[in-house]
Amino acid sequence: MNYLYFLYIEFLAKHNIPKIFGDITFYVIPACIIFVALILVILVLVLFERKLLGWFTQRKGPNRVGFWGVLQTLADAFKLLCKENITPIGADRAVFNLAPIIMFLPVLIALGLIPFSSEFTFMNFQTNVLIYVILATFPVLSILLAGWASNNKYSLIGGVRNVAQILAYELPISFTVLSVIVLASSMNLTQITLAQSNQYGVLGWYWFPCIIGFGLMLICTLAELNRCPFDLPEAESELIAGYNTEYSGMRFALFYLSEYGMLFANSLFISVLFLGGYLSPFGKYLSPILFSGPVGNILIYFEQAFWLFAKSFLIIFIFIWVRATLPRLASFDLLKFSWNILLPLSIVNLLLMSLLKFFVGGVYA
Amino acid sequence: MNIIITSIDYILNRARANSLWPLTFATSCCGIEMMQTVASDNDIARFGSEIFRGSPRQADLLICAGTITHKMAPALLRLYEQMPEPKYVIAMGACTCGGGMFAETSYSVVKGIDKIIPVDIYLPMCPPKPESLIDAIRKLQDDIKKESILKRKDFLDAHCSRLTEYKGMLVEEDFVVTKLGVK
Repeated sequence: MNYLYFLYIEFLAKHNIPKIFGDITFYVIPACIIFVALILVILVLVLFERKLLGWFTQRKGPNRVGFWGVLQTLADAFKLLCKENITPIGADRAVFNLAPIIMFLPVLIALGLIPFSSEFTFMNFQTNVLIYVILATFPVLSILLAGWASNNKYSLIGGVRNVAQILAYELPISFTVLSVIVLASSMNLTQITLAQSNQYGVLGWYWFPCIIGFGLMLICTLAELNRCPFDLPEAESELIAGYNTEYSGMRFALFYLSEYGMLFANSLFISVLFLGGYLSPFGKYLSPILFSGPVGNILIYFEQAFWLFAKSFLIIFIFIWVRATLPRLASFDLLKFSWNILLPLSIVNLLLMSLLKFFVGGVYA
Repeated sequence: MNIIITSIDYILNRARANSLWPLTFATSCCGIEMMQTVASDNDIARFGSEIFRGSPRQADLLICAGTITHKMAPALLRLYEQMPEPKYVIAMGACTCGGGMFAETSYSVVKGIDKIIPVDIYLPMCPPKPESLIDAIRKLQDDIKKESILKRKDFLDAHCSRLTEYKGMLVEEDFVVTKLGVK
């Protein structure tokens, strides 16, 4: 990122444009890239999920729009864009309209914290992990606001349920993330990625020593994303559509988009923490071997991004698999499951990782 | 100018036709056939309409699957009015098309939901097979693809509900008003 920054400033200096302009715009360009990329990924993700759910239940899934149903999500997006927007009479207009926007913002910021390749992290703070964990809980605010502002009993119950759920499942997540921080001795996502590159290859990634934590993280992330089997805030059989009962058209689409955006961001986060981020599973990168010269050296960055995306899509596949398999938990069981089982387990996991770091430190350091 | 309008129509109509999200609304036996339409043998997802929304705010298509009684009619009217534009209705089953086997003798059944809300596609049979429902949806898709934004006003006029308020019994000139249990 620094290297790109100096190139950009030099380019501007050549054309007599003040440096302050460069300082400002340099961070606007990656933000635009992230925004467009996010929308594209979400469009792919929704189709991915619908197709996979179809195959899991022995159906074909969408296959009429475009070749093999590729444009299905685009059709949905256009339709939602051109649909009537309804604000209920009893609703709190300002908050009702603001809630979907608040939901979408943290997704964008969270994506900026992920190291897509060794040179490409938009916001590379020393405490990336901490900021990410905070941002990942941010949608709960918007869901509560949406539930409250809709002036609808189903929405309100959905919003309040979500708060209880996030409170219960955020603690195990924090403890699990803490165990990874202990292993890597760093709170920076790039440092955590680099700490996983050792002579053990795939087994050197943290999913292996921290297998309990990996499982915990998968379960708790499901709960945090409000996905099956923890989709209580929008349980269709009980709450119509939960917190977004009163939302129609584009505002509903924003909720939909940010849900999938958060799914993508969280799967990236898990693959950075446990699956070695942008590291290649073969130990070394393939592009310098396949392409000699400077092309291979540049392609390394794209290859790193490819590995990260592949890993995150593997995790998303697991999430969809779980959704197609398991029924929904009852509200009380959900909370009991977290407080009685997951939280103690995550503390034990933290303890184990600290002992591992202390005694076998040389291997995973 | 026409080129712009027709191309907008083309994109918009394709988008609308291929993502008809139905409302989860099944009042009797036709609902079972509707469920079967979603399941694996007759996969409604192929046409992009497997997302059954519980909330009318996010639905485009009201598949009225089953008998509508006078007691259910206000709920149907309310649900239809809660749906945002553009909205479409398939009257599934003989009961919703004209009373079906309740047409002659029953005091409690609305003889055709088109007395309450406008209907785009009538699908008689008792109950229709899943294939027929898919056929109805495809016919509706063909209809949607012929729409134009220039004729939007006509469309909206044709799609406003027939009654503003439903008070228990339907009163129309060709409709015999009956009190509960008494002819």
